[in-house]
Amino acid sequence: MELCDYQAAELARLLRKREISSREITESALLRIENKDKTLNAFLTVTPEFALKQADAADKKFKEGRDISPVTGIPVAIKDNLCTKGIRTTCASKILEHYIPPYDATVVKKILQKGAVLIGKTNMDEFAMGSSTENSAFGPTRNPRDIKRVPGGSSGGSACAVASGEAVLAIGSDTGGSIRQPASFCGVTGMKPTYGRVSRYGLVSYASSLDQIGPIGRSVEDCTMLMDVIAGYDKRDTTSINVPKPDFSGSLSSDINGLRIGLPKEYFVEGLDPLVKEKVIDAVNLLGSHGAEIIEISLPRTPFAVGAYYLIATAEASSNLARYDGVKYGLRAERDQSGLEEMYEYTRSEGFGKEVKRRIMLGCYVLSAGYYDAYYLKAQKARTLIKDDFDRAFQDVDCIITPTSPSTAFEIGEKSDDPIKMYLVDIYTVSLNLSGLPGMSVNCGTIDGLPVGLQIIGKPFDEETLFCAGHAYQQIAERK
Amino acid sequence: MDFDVIICFEIHAELSTKTKLFCRCPVSYDAAPNENICPVCTGHPGTLPVLNRKAVECCIRAGLALNCNINSRSIFARKNYFYPDLPKGYQISQYECPLCEDGYLEIPGDDGKPYIVGIKRIHLEEDAGKLVHSAVTFEASEYSLVDYNRAGVPLIEIVADHTKNPIRSLQEARSYLGKVRQILQHIGVSDCVIEQGQFRCDVNISLRQVKSPDFNERVEIKNMASFKSIIEALKYEIKRQSEIIESGGEISQETRLFDEVKMVTVPMRSKEDAPDYRYFPDPDLVELDIDRDFVRKIKDDMPELPGIRLNRFIKDFGISEEDAHLIIGKRDLSDYFESCVPYCTDLKKLGSWITNELIKVLNENSISIKKFPVAPKDFARLITLISCNNITEKIGRLVFKDMFETGGTPDSIIEEKGLKPIQETDILEKMVEEIMKENPGVVSRLKDGKKESVNFLIGKIMKRTRGRADAKKVSALILKKV
Repeated sequence: MELCDYQAAELARLLRKREISSREITESALLRIENKDKTLNAFLTVTPEFALKQADAADKKFKEGRDISPVTGIPVAIKDNLCTKGIRTTCASKILEHYIPPYDATVVKKILQKGAVLIGKTNMDEFAMGSSTENSAFGPTRNPRDIKRVPGGSSGGSACAVASGEAVLAIGSDTGGSIRQPASFCGVTGMKPTYGRVSRYGLVSYASSLDQIGPIGRSVEDCTMLMDVIAGYDKRDTTSINVPKPDFSGSLSSDINGLRIGLPKEYFVEGLDPLVKEKVIDAVNLLGSHGAEIIEISLPRTPFAVGAYYLIATAEASSNLARYDGVKYGLRAERDQSGLEEMYEYTRSEGFGKEVKRRIMLGCYVLSAGYYDAYYLKAQKARTLIKDDFDRAFQDVDCIITPTSPSTAFEIGEKSDDPIKMYLVDIYTVSLNLSGLPGMSVNCGTIDGLPVGLQIIGKPFDEETLFCAGHAYQQIAERK
Repeated sequence: MDFDVIICFEIHAELSTKTKLFCRCPVSYDAAPNENICPVCTGHPGTLPVLNRKAVECCIRAGLALNCNINSRSIFARKNYFYPDLPKGYQISQYECPLCEDGYLEIPGDDGKPYIVGIKRIHLEEDAGKLVHSAVTFEASEYSLVDYNRAGVPLIEIVADHTKNPIRSLQEARSYLGKVRQILQHIGVSDCVIEQGQFRCDVNISLRQVKSPDFNERVEIKNMASFKSIIEALKYEIKRQSEIIESGGEISQETRLFDEVKMVTVPMRSKEDAPDYRYFPDPDLVELDIDRDFVRKIKDDMPELPGIRLNRFIKDFGISEEDAHLIIGKRDLSDYFESCVPYCTDLKKLGSWITNELIKVLNENSISIKKFPVAPKDFARLITLISCNNITEKIGRLVFKDMFETGGTPDSIIEEKGLKPIQETDILEKMVEEIMKENPGVVSRLKDGKKESVNFLIGKIMKRTRGRADAKKVSALILKKV
């Protein structure tokens, strides 16, 4: 085991005792990238010089004993849809292949201010549209557990980097499951915070009302360290919410005595791999035998979620992606153009991939005159009903546990020709985005060597309970 | 055939806030191209809008001044379309739940009675940038550049109601536009400088044969750069549409452009080609809860509306109605007038001097009253000096010119230039004697009862004293001698 394979919490302890240096950790991660990333393709941009410079700066802080935070000196990979000043940010799209942002996303700024080491920008489905990272314009990322398989998506590069030791921590974004599902497929921990908990300023928008940035780590504890850095109100994002920010890592407990866990019956039906079901139920029972109370609940509007999600997400995306027009930045088609119309047409035809085009067209249709009420408005109504389901359920339970995904990682190419099949992969995750609720995927074993994820869903702004339940599970499972 | 006309304006006024609607970039009109821009107003990936509170205040203030209801819940929506001056590929505007709805404005009607024009809504939105073509015309241009200084500048759109008390004539159209502009200027919401594009409008017009029940389809006209063009475009359109109807043709719903050179409207697009803007609530901005106290505070801080101020000027200050209208026409001029009032005893004269001499100087030097260098106190003193016959109007004009050029006070200029009036009786008496001796013919005619001859003699004395003699005194002295 190399330094880059350690948990962030353990590295932080060793760094503080000055038994190791940030340079050593960073070099170990960079070496891992060098050895493995030709195969895995988790990174679109690696920033070795910048990383080592930051590592040295971190080591100086440890030497002088000042400005030390839990993430100081820890290599962090950032999904390539978060703007990094002076470092290209592509969203895995041809249209932004050479785009260098003039500013840092709020989350990136916070991470750098706390002295973490930005090691590179990770691969993803183009504009975060996908569930397998196959929709990257720069080639798919592979699952480190089985390179024939997908790492999940859209934050596949981030989950892969953490699972493979190419980074210790990573930042992902989650619009319909894009942190949780790849975390599940790669066997790591990934958390989507409550909508409004983390500033979206600088996150390239896919679907503004659903997008949320969150941490990926090797343990719940690692995720809390990153959450402490990125959470909080930001006046640059008026959809971020000004509520007190807990000390997630400091208050992390594993006391689940009397914790009421809901199991929604609608999530354990046909379409769920029976082996995945078994693993999840085993995990729930384990929590039950350690003091938690397991309650069966119902979320009857669950069947509407995927439909509502794809209507709302594509509608917002069709508008959010209108700015890529070849005028101001990014790609402009070089083919001969007769005028403005053709400049738009050629630029967007060449710049966007198939799935992005599909979603833009769907979204335009959803919002168009005469269809708005039937699709967009109806989807918003369904969204309200789905949220009501959760509100009602949370009167009786403290958190809800479901599988993160109906299956383990599938093979590359297996679903890429069938968008509907691919969309159904998100069946357990999209409801949370529609409801704005926090959710976390924690590994709960493997099937044929492939990780299975357990999804824990919490009340709005109650990430602490999620962390507690997840942490308890990891502690118990480790002892077992 | 005679026709009834319905005219319905959509007025865009640029707000005079210090910063843009969704970022902190300054709003200014003399910046170099793309000087006032940032990642937000140029639509960089990942940027988000943050609403300017002042702009909301301005919109509500306009709403209150135009008698609107202020909605307690308001939503920003995206209007989606592609154009290079629109950085995000959509304009943040309002669709459902605008800030202000259901207002009205009283204007003088054609029948001489006041007419209440219905206002449907006032909403807040961002402006687009500007294209700069490489040649004079778009067609002749090899390339076009984009200046995003204006992108994100706050606008309010005031939409008149075409069903509730619409405008019925060109005269009413003129009054409406003039009054809206005057109100926006007075309440400090917009400078409304037409040449700088701060006050633009589109107009809908439809006709109906008198006594027929229904109006024909309405036609929208865009691209008018001045009040004059608006009226010309409407005139042209009334003629065009009535000719079509008279010859038995049908008006089709369409959008037309006004050609400033040929003074005609030309087709831009038909109803079928009307773009689908795919409006939907902007998910990057939260719904606005408009606090009643917030509205009350705006109401309490509302500057005096021009109509009320006009009456006050006439009633309280006794200036002529004509002068009052001229002064009220410009907010800054009204403010200048009012700052003179405490220092001045003859307000009527003050009014006429402002509308004549002051405006003349402003026009001759093409400066605005904001840049006018004479302090109200000094201007008022000049009027008082004239009013008390300390100096004549003619000398007053000379002194005023000097005040404008040198920035001196009237008293110091009079002193320096030796323009002090000659009032000493012995000096004047001596002069009168001399003049009478030099003009015996005139004196004898005067003795014969030709009273107007006295003016000739006064004129002579004035000439000799370069206007400094007290004319009344001189006149009395001459008559006494005779």
